[in-house]
Amino acid sequence: MASDATRKAAEALLHALALPEGEAGWVRERRAAARSRLLEAGAPVRRDEYWRFTDPARLTAPIATAEAGEAPAQAAAVFGDVDALRVRLVNGRLRADLSDPLALDGAAIAPLGEVLKQDISIVRELVGQLELAAQEKVSRPLAILNTAAATEGLAIQAHGATVRPVLVSYDQIGEGASLVRHVIRVEAGASLTLLEAGVPTNSVMEVEVADGGTFHHVRVQTGERAPAVTHVFARIGAEAEFKTFTLTADGVLTRNEVVIDIVGDHASGHIAGAVLGKGDAHIDNTVFVTHSAEHGESRQVFKNVLAGASRGIFQGKIFVRAGAQKTDGYQISQSVLLEEGAQFLAKPELEIYADDVKCSHGSTTGALDETALFYLRSRGVPKRVAESMLVAAFVDEAISEIADEAMQERMRALVAKWMAGRT
Amino acid sequence: MLEIKGLRVTLEEEGKEILKGVDLTVEAGKVHAIMGPNGSGKSTLSYVLAGRDGYEVTAGSVTLDGEDVLELEAEERAAAGMFLAFQYPVELPGVGNMTFLRTAMNAQRKARGEDEISAPEFLKMVREKAKALNIDNEMLKRSVNVGFSGGEKKRNEILQMAMLEPRLCILDETDSGLDVDAMRLVADGVNALRSPDRGFLVITHYQRLLDHIRPDVVHIMADGRIVETGGPELALRVETEGYADIAKSVA
Ligand SMILES: Nc1ncnc2c1ncn2[C@@H]1O[C@H](COP(=O)(O)OP(=O)(O)O)[C@@H](O)[C@H]1O
Ligand SMILES: [Mg+2]
Repeated sequence: MASDATRKAAEALLHALALPEGEAGWVRERRAAARSRLLEAGAPVRRDEYWRFTDPARLTAPIATAEAGEAPAQAAAVFGDVDALRVRLVNGRLRADLSDPLALDGAAIAPLGEVLKQDISIVRELVGQLELAAQEKVSRPLAILNTAAATEGLAIQAHGATVRPVLVSYDQIGEGASLVRHVIRVEAGASLTLLEAGVPTNSVMEVEVADGGTFHHVRVQTGERAPAVTHVFARIGAEAEFKTFTLTADGVLTRNEVVIDIVGDHASGHIAGAVLGKGDAHIDNTVFVTHSAEHGESRQVFKNVLAGASRGIFQGKIFVRAGAQKTDGYQISQSVLLEEGAQFLAKPELEIYADDVKCSHGSTTGALDETALFYLRSRGVPKRVAESMLVAAFVDEAISEIADEAMQERMRALVAKWMAGRT
Repeated sequence: MLEIKGLRVTLEEEGKEILKGVDLTVEAGKVHAIMGPNGSGKSTLSYVLAGRDGYEVTAGSVTLDGEDVLELEAEERAAAGMFLAFQYPVELPGVGNMTFLRTAMNAQRKARGEDEISAPEFLKMVREKAKALNIDNEMLKRSVNVGFSGGEKKRNEILQMAMLEPRLCILDETDSGLDVDAMRLVADGVNALRSPDRGFLVITHYQRLLDHIRPDVVHIMADGRIVETGGPELALRVETEGYADIAKSVA
């Protein structure tokens, strides 16, 4: 329940944003419900347990929606010349004029703004619904804010085996909030890969993976940017596969929440991340995995490389409902501190109501192994190169979670580039 | 080529003195052996020579062909031609053995202003040298020393030495943990590298390695000092009399 102050802060947040117009009745109802939910929840504050390690102040300052603008296409460069359907958002606005035509074999794609003017059942079943479900155990007010106000993004329905990934990139100039929401449904037996480059200030992705479906997600968050919060909500059906990997480098404040629910038997959900922090970067990965079905398999693999006075945060939970027998849950969060000023804080949590499950978690932090460094140097490898080699080896467990090997190589190259460029 | 004069070394953290005035000269083309009881400071000497952090040199000097070695970083010493075969070779999970070797070789070449070795040239060289040491492709593909047996680790050290072609080879108890066959492979590997412009410092606890790698000079180290220097016969004396008696006879 919100205090007066947090309710006022929530009001201010809503007030600052442009309100959507011309939407279908069900959308208007959902927006109104979200506004009340947000006022009830209040804006997050530091004393909330869920925000213990990350001060939400920079994410809750009321900021007006960014003006439309022209920004050079930079974000997508991290994926090089990968063959993909490319979609650009500039200042949080979908730019058809700067994007490929929204046509992809095996999938139907439309701008979110368009589908919110209509009444399409699969859209109605998703928008705001996975977000709402994810509020069950923990309040996530900044995702509610997104449900209340976000109009830009994509609606994707994969009905077949798509081959080309969809690459969504976000470029931003100037100040201003950019709220982005994607709703994705992968039909039974279908598959889809989504790539994201850049970070809107507040983004939500709702993904439903139907039975036997496959969803792969790789995103790269690099470059100078405003404080940002992202939410990925997923519901995973029987024998479906969900994989998400995020490479986050620098930035003042990035909070990535991934909340998945394994609702069908024999399904898997893998959530991995590589964190590269220097300067005053603050990078928070908060993960909540719910097992609601039998024989589910989940992995959380997070590797933090922290230099300067940067901070890496990991909060990861495995929640196993009664009846989710034979769950196999794994979680590892590790950090290498390249300098003394860097800091890694981890909060692993297990909450288990089934008796026949296998869950493990581990967390480590420390400097690079001195002995290993000396060994490399004694063979003539310069210190910086030796550090890069050891960091590459350290990060690899997370990168190996990516299904596509060529994509793994791209991520390895980004890590190497970051190591070489760090001062 | 290597000249150590009055070298005194303390541990940075504890301030404990380990080397208490070491004098030693290794000439090009010669094999010098250092023998001594456990804890006498042999590994410390090898680490200080190779440039490991954590030691403070309080007195003395080390030069390689007249160049002050103590001023150089570990990687610079390697590029200058120094190599240490570790008593306990280090495991590097996630760093492939081949990548490791090629990176090291090219880093040294670059530091010396030479061209990088081409990929085919490197492959040919590594296959040839590995074969002589009975190191199979499987081992070359794995992470450095990960899952290697004790003997495999030591052979891998010699492979690195053979590839890097250093001018001064320091071997720290390369014989420990080896069976007779592995010892022969290692010794053959070392002997194959013997040449008029290369010096060796072979640290060993036991005489048996010296049956295979014939030393020109043998030093006995005790309590951080070289207490006796002689020919190959000194190693045999250690075998029959033990270190205690030799140390006593000097005291
Ligand atoms: N890092 C260290 N910390 C504490 N003591 C050390 C360290 N390194 C060496 N020593 C001590 O220094 C002495 C010499 O060790 P070492 O050089 O390993 O001898 P050796 O190789 O001849 O067996 C021993 O007493 C050992 O315990
Ligand atoms: Mg020793």
